[in-house]
Amino acid sequence: MTIEENLQKRILVLDGAMGTMIQNHDLKEEDYRGERFKKHSCALKGNNDLLSITQPEIIKNIHLDYLKAGADIIETNTFSSTSIAMADYQMESLVYELNYESAKIARAAAQEYSIKTPNRPRYVAGSIGPTNKTASMSPDVNDPSFRAVDFDQLVVAYREQVTGLIDGGADVLLVETIFDTLNAKAALYAIDEIKQEKEINIPVMVSGTITDASGRTLSGQTVEAFNISLSHISLLSIGFNCALGADQLLPYIKNLANQSPLFISAHPNAGLPNAFGEYDQSPEEMKILVQDYLEQNLVNIIGGCCGTTPEHIGLIANLARKFSPRKPKTFSNV
Amino acid sequence: MSDTRNPLMLSGLEPLIITDSINFVNIGERTNVTGSRKFLRLIKNEQFDEALEIARDQVLGGAQIIDVNMDEGMIDGVKAMTIFLNLIASEPDIARVPIMIDSSKWEIIEAGLKVVQGKSIVNSISLKEGEPVFINQASTIKKYGAAVIVMAFDEEGQADSLKRRIEICSRSYNILVDKVRFQPQDIIFDPNIFPVATGIEEHRKNALDFFGATKWIKENLPYASVSGGVSNVSFSFRGNNTVREAMHASFLYHAIRNGMNMGIVNPTLLEVYDEVPEDLMNYVEDVLLDRRDDATERLLDFAENLVGTKKKGKILDNSWRNEDVYSRISHSLVKGIDAFIELDTEEARKNFKKPIEVIEGPLMDGMNVVGNLFGEGKMFLPQVVKSARVMKKAVAYLQPFIEAEKSEGKQFAGRILMATVKGDVHDIGKNIVAIVLSCNNYEIIDLGVMVPPEKIIETALKEKVDIIGLSGLITPSLDEMVFLVKELEKKKIKIPVLIGGATTSKLHTAIKIAPHYTGIAVHVNDASKAVPVTSTLLGKNKLNFKKTILNEYQKLRDDFSKRKVEKKSISLDSARANKFKINWNTTKIVKPNNLGIEVLAIEDLSILKDYIDWTQFFRSWNIYGKYPDIFNQEVNGKEAKELFRDANLILEKVIKENLFEAKGVFGIFAANTVNYDDIEVYKNDYSNHVLEKLITLRQQSKKPKGVPNIALSDFIAPKELNIKDYLGVFCVSAGFGCDELSKKYEAENDDYSSLMVKSIADRLVEAFAEYLHKMIRIKYWGYDEKEKLTNEDLIKEKYSGIRPAPGYPACPDHLEKKTIWKILNVETNIGVKLTESMAMWPAASVSGYYFANKEAKYFGLGKINEDQVQNYSLRRKIKTEVAKKWLNTNISDV
Repeated sequence: MTIEENLQKRILVLDGAMGTMIQNHDLKEEDYRGERFKKHSCALKGNNDLLSITQPEIIKNIHLDYLKAGADIIETNTFSSTSIAMADYQMESLVYELNYESAKIARAAAQEYSIKTPNRPRYVAGSIGPTNKTASMSPDVNDPSFRAVDFDQLVVAYREQVTGLIDGGADVLLVETIFDTLNAKAALYAIDEIKQEKEINIPVMVSGTITDASGRTLSGQTVEAFNISLSHISLLSIGFNCALGADQLLPYIKNLANQSPLFISAHPNAGLPNAFGEYDQSPEEMKILVQDYLEQNLVNIIGGCCGTTPEHIGLIANLARKFSPRKPKTFSNV
Repeated sequence: MSDTRNPLMLSGLEPLIITDSINFVNIGERTNVTGSRKFLRLIKNEQFDEALEIARDQVLGGAQIIDVNMDEGMIDGVKAMTIFLNLIASEPDIARVPIMIDSSKWEIIEAGLKVVQGKSIVNSISLKEGEPVFINQASTIKKYGAAVIVMAFDEEGQADSLKRRIEICSRSYNILVDKVRFQPQDIIFDPNIFPVATGIEEHRKNALDFFGATKWIKENLPYASVSGGVSNVSFSFRGNNTVREAMHASFLYHAIRNGMNMGIVNPTLLEVYDEVPEDLMNYVEDVLLDRRDDATERLLDFAENLVGTKKKGKILDNSWRNEDVYSRISHSLVKGIDAFIELDTEEARKNFKKPIEVIEGPLMDGMNVVGNLFGEGKMFLPQVVKSARVMKKAVAYLQPFIEAEKSEGKQFAGRILMATVKGDVHDIGKNIVAIVLSCNNYEIIDLGVMVPPEKIIETALKEKVDIIGLSGLITPSLDEMVFLVKELEKKKIKIPVLIGGATTSKLHTAIKIAPHYTGIAVHVNDASKAVPVTSTLLGKNKLNFKKTILNEYQKLRDDFSKRKVEKKSISLDSARANKFKINWNTTKIVKPNNLGIEVLAIEDLSILKDYIDWTQFFRSWNIYGKYPDIFNQEVNGKEAKELFRDANLILEKVIKENLFEAKGVFGIFAANTVNYDDIEVYKNDYSNHVLEKLITLRQQSKKPKGVPNIALSDFIAPKELNIKDYLGVFCVSAGFGCDELSKKYEAENDDYSSLMVKSIADRLVEAFAEYLHKMIRIKYWGYDEKEKLTNEDLIKEKYSGIRPAPGYPACPDHLEKKTIWKILNVETNIGVKLTESMAMWPAASVSGYYFANKEAKYFGLGKINEDQVQNYSLRRKIKTEVAKKWLNTNISDV
């Protein structure tokens, strides 16, 4: 069953945080390095995506935990696996491998569960992060026309990532945590090119991030402007994730659901981080907030971002089963 | 027509949705080098700031989209388009509208598409170069996510009749929708607006044909829009704005009625249809609608009479310029308008004594407004950055005046090191803060991301920075920041540290960072707060500010520790199970050389002199810093020196004239812990006669794995193990004579000396306690005979064993003093009394216990719960209410 068919029938559950789960392992520099990168030229602690190569068991087990909890879609451990983000670790040359291996690990984990629960096939979403540079804002005070990264560079970086993800077995691509729509447009441009070259039609999900109290993206767009700016490509879903907890994200999801003919996704954080950067919204607390989304029939895909754990996803998955999916607003098609 | 399909939707920072109910969208045309000589000149001379003003004027003047065109032989169009659109992206009041990327050169169009985050319009493509090129370009535009204007132009040339217009538009539409799969609502036709009244016969139907084509498109090509360059139609009347305005008004009126829903118009060259005088409108419409053969001649005649009657242009709302200068400055900052800021800054400068006061006053006030609006979500980030640039301009203007005032002055208001800490690669927020600060005349040394602590410290010292700004987004960065301030502290660096970044918080800074750093660590919530915090930290009110911050953070810590217990405490039983464990089979227990009670007096006070902790002395006078480095401190160094001199004068006098009497009593006894928390003190060296029982309290907060819940009793061997252990108690005083001396000074109205006497007595008794503790270690008990420690080591508590005192963090229970008094018969032996509230008299007295075990350490009890209070009152044999009164500050308020 394709993910589109499945989405017509029910609400699909996306997994929760990868970083939070990795942090619980309290890994040391040498764990990140493994044997292979023992002599790497710079510090690697914190390069979570690298763990797909150096600690694949840990990553696979996290995937399995989420699948066991009831996630229908698991995200690959590739949020920062672009040559732009990996430059900080001097690992640009590893990008294809990172994406390929991560997708493979997730694919294998999903496969295990697809066999266990044949009525509920599990899907792998290739996670595509925003990189750590913005194409719409200048980091240089004296030159507002300067850009640390441009569209062409982003397209090159995303092409490499997307190729690795598809080759490794991703079922769907998820361009997420979009803080600058121009970065996302470059990702979609790259995806479009690869799709044409490979002559495949892999579904694409996009998910933005509202960072300001003004209800805008970091680069200044309103929810409506964000939605319109990404309306040119055929997408499976659009939504928001990260930055906010389920309660604060709700009005923006509502706004989006009102405007978009696509499936709607939401994967909020487990509340806002506390003073120590920890998320202490309990699974029960989050479940109550997510219930609002379901009762108001706003979403087709629901999951968690920073601070969420398999316990959170487990409760959300049980709850989501009791609700029917949102019927997207219909617009006549060409 | 069905309206279930989305209408044409465009976006800048904000949406523009062109529904049927919006009858016309106005596209600004002045940022076009082919249409505006002024704009061309500005772009050629790279006067981008002024060029941006033209764009801004258009948006303020009502343009809902702005057309940008850089097609000129002398201009590098790709570069100019990229720079200009990037600049627009930094101007939120312009960038809020969608952009029309206008060029006849494909590479310029593509360059434009690569820099706009919103959904824009490409102007234009056509079948001019044949189908393959057309399809290719349209496909690429689709991938970038833009709408497109299609010119009625094909391989044969431009459409100049109704028939040709229909033919080309229809063909283009079919290719786009069927072959390219372009969304039909994203197609906009430009069916060519040509001039009328040119005197050429074929041009008579130019306007009518346009109207006809528009009508046909709207009826036959579903969802498509129609646009055009309106001013073309009046080309023959250049120089006669009255006629042109009337003609535009009429043309638009008819075009819109036929379905044209957007157009390039100069809003300042547009009259309202109903306001055009009737006679003029008649002549104009005769031409446009081709109603008479002599229409053109009649209009030309009529127009001659109109030349010279000048019409005013549309005026922007500049009423805020009439307000007072402070409001104007605030307005400019909030709106990010830099056109008047120098003028207003100059006016403000004349009202102040010093130019710097303009910055500290109205300019900072304005930035505070910006900060508050941002905090409330009423401004968003690019706008804040914009405001910062206006600020920069104002500061730059004031700079020469400030310089002129100083005999020798620093160029910058301060030098600030910025870094994203080790392990973290996020720098967007940090860059924004750097921008805002440098706009406010701070020199920024940006070390980038993943900066190791050594490098931060090295650079801070080498560059002599005034402030260190640390940023981080991920949780582990918080620990890095803690590590860094600890390193700074070790190196005795006092540079203020600013903490910022998404996971940081005031609470975390107060609890985890600030306590480790005597140079101040301040949390900065967002970029807009960076300037006020920095300027205050480096300004003349810095001491007050630091004090305020210290108090605020202390309060946060207090509140937090209260709250924390509420949430995270464990039962007394669990706490006991998690006690501090000493391996009693292997630990070394030294039998004391002397058991029992001993009384002593210090004959020569000068032996205590070396044991004085001067750092504490200064702290009691509210001067912070480490002795003796404190004398070299820029702040208060001089005061410390004077205070030290005065203190020594009195100290010498006290020693020489033996004005204080120092007496002490101590006892060392066999002892064992019973029932976890109590310590039995035995009369003899065997445990059958209990002299007294000491009652200790146990930590009850929830600890991380591996961290124990400690009570003092954990440092003494439990009775059931049958291991003989020992404990000491003591009371010392240096306060006899202190009251008399201080009263004597008081009588002489010398309050300073009176106070000094008391504080010296306090230090002397502490020195005495330290001295006696040493004697216990090396002589009376003798568990550490080989010890050789300097005074500094003593202060750092480097020796083994502890001497906790009742009323202090490890045992806040003052009632324990009663037990000590009983054991040592303190009052009889040395004359120190206990008041009803368990205060010692003379005040300069210290009493406490000696624990000798190597693993014994100081700790804070923290909050305890009701179960321990109940348990304690049973052991103490007092009512729970009484127990609660004594332990009040340590009971959690659950």
